[in-house]
Amino acid sequence: MADLRNFFVLNAQILYWIFLAPFQGKRLVSLSQTFHHMVRIGVQAVPMAALTSFSIGLTLAMNGAHELARMGATSYVPDLVSMSILRELGPLLVGVVVIGRSGSAITAELGTMKVSEEIEALEVMAINPIRFLVVPRFLAMLVMLPVLTVFGNYIGFVGGWSICHFALNMDTNAYILRLISSAHPIDLYSGVIKSFVFAWLIATISSQAGLQVTGGAEGVGQSTTGSVVVSIIAMLVANALLTGFFFFALPTGS
Amino acid sequence: MAEPVIEVRDLVRKFGHRTVLNGITFTVEKGDTMIIMGGSGCGKSTLLRHIIGSLRPTSGSIKIFGRETATMTPDEMDKLRQRFGMNFQFGALLQSLTVGQNVALPLMENSNVDAGIIDLVVKMKLELVGLTGFENLKPAEISGGMRKRVGLARAVALDPELLFSDEPTSGLDPIMTAVIDQLTLDLTRKLDMTAVVVTHDMTSAFRIGTKMIMLGAGKRAGTIIAFGTPDEVRNHPDPEVQQFIKGEPDGPVPLKLAPEDYIESLLGRERSKGVNY
Repeated sequence: MADLRNFFVLNAQILYWIFLAPFQGKRLVSLSQTFHHMVRIGVQAVPMAALTSFSIGLTLAMNGAHELARMGATSYVPDLVSMSILRELGPLLVGVVVIGRSGSAITAELGTMKVSEEIEALEVMAINPIRFLVVPRFLAMLVMLPVLTVFGNYIGFVGGWSICHFALNMDTNAYILRLISSAHPIDLYSGVIKSFVFAWLIATISSQAGLQVTGGAEGVGQSTTGSVVVSIIAMLVANALLTGFFFFALPTGS
Repeated sequence: MAEPVIEVRDLVRKFGHRTVLNGITFTVEKGDTMIIMGGSGCGKSTLLRHIIGSLRPTSGSIKIFGRETATMTPDEMDKLRQRFGMNFQFGALLQSLTVGQNVALPLMENSNVDAGIIDLVVKMKLELVGLTGFENLKPAEISGGMRKRVGLARAVALDPELLFSDEPTSGLDPIMTAVIDQLTLDLTRKLDMTAVVVTHDMTSAFRIGTKMIMLGAGKRAGTIIAFGTPDEVRNHPDPEVQQFIKGEPDGPVPLKLAPEDYIESLLGRERSKGVNY
């Protein structure tokens, strides 16, 4: 329970440093630090996110082609690919990649800093560790996860295209047109909004796990494992809730 | 009459059932170099952590510059902390930054001077601790003793009124120890900085200290057993103080457990009863 309370306190502190502190004459969050973490969280994850999304696009198209062929409806494969990737798999898979790469790194870094007295040193130097360490990572995550998600979506479509084009002999133009006509804006937006929520969860859960590390290297390891597990579970639960919200609760849902 | 910079009154700190600090009372006046001595694990670093506000006392009061720290808001604490520098036992440098950036950190975060001046100050402070030319190395690429010296350079980067040092000379060679001691002397005697130094290096303690306290061990753990100027402490009648200063292996602080206790700790209370010595 104390963990949960600390988690909400951390969220409040992050929001305070982003929205309130600038108006109280406090030092701003470092932009260069934020960009630094954007490169680490976003740019450096591009190859991995691309590979994951490409293979899932490929797999979806293969599965879809196999099933739809029995009904002679292989021309609906692009619909299946676009729908699944935009709404669910794109945000989820990129989220998993980022949890594995960056969420764990955030916990391990902050945890190591905690056990080697670096965080205490910052506090003694009157540098707030939340502002200095957590907020740049949080902002970087919040920007880069949706960006990576949109990028991953495109790569996923390429994966689907490669099956449709080479195995089903579908024309590239037809694939693109089919894709565009089947995807509604809400499919894209819901996925991007999901990835915002995932980014929030990943950044705060990982930071919280890192800041509460005790007990040396073993503690860092345990916290890192814990943060990955909790992030993935939280992301899946949030995904289910958001899917329910977008496609059942909203009247405009298709 | 010098004004008190730090006043500690009846400081008590318990971790669970273990009392680590038990009624510590002392005063540090402006310009003093206060040495906190004591055996390993006697609570020296814990005491220091209370003074810098990292830990909160179970009871008692700590005043710095005449203001009670326990009741301060985080903002007030930050204002206070900008007036002092802390040199951690193992340097506590940020591993992700270079040596130069570490020293520049307090300047960049807590002052509004421009980059050119920060660069200059960093070079000056590194020169003070004999590390010119190491600006661009990461803390992982330099030795433990060098990390400590970078920690000291960072602690004095903002020219603080009050300097805390946690074992600044342990792990340094004799020449570097003398350099660090001389630096502490220069800062305190010439710039009128006040210093609190935790150490168990007796040579360096008597070289730089103007006041000393010693924390006890065993039954008197967590209490001050000696207080005074270096001369008073050197001639202190307490045998434990004498044992510590002279570095003797056996005395009031026993070398080993008594035979009865040793047998008991090995075999447990019941089984040790029938053992003949």
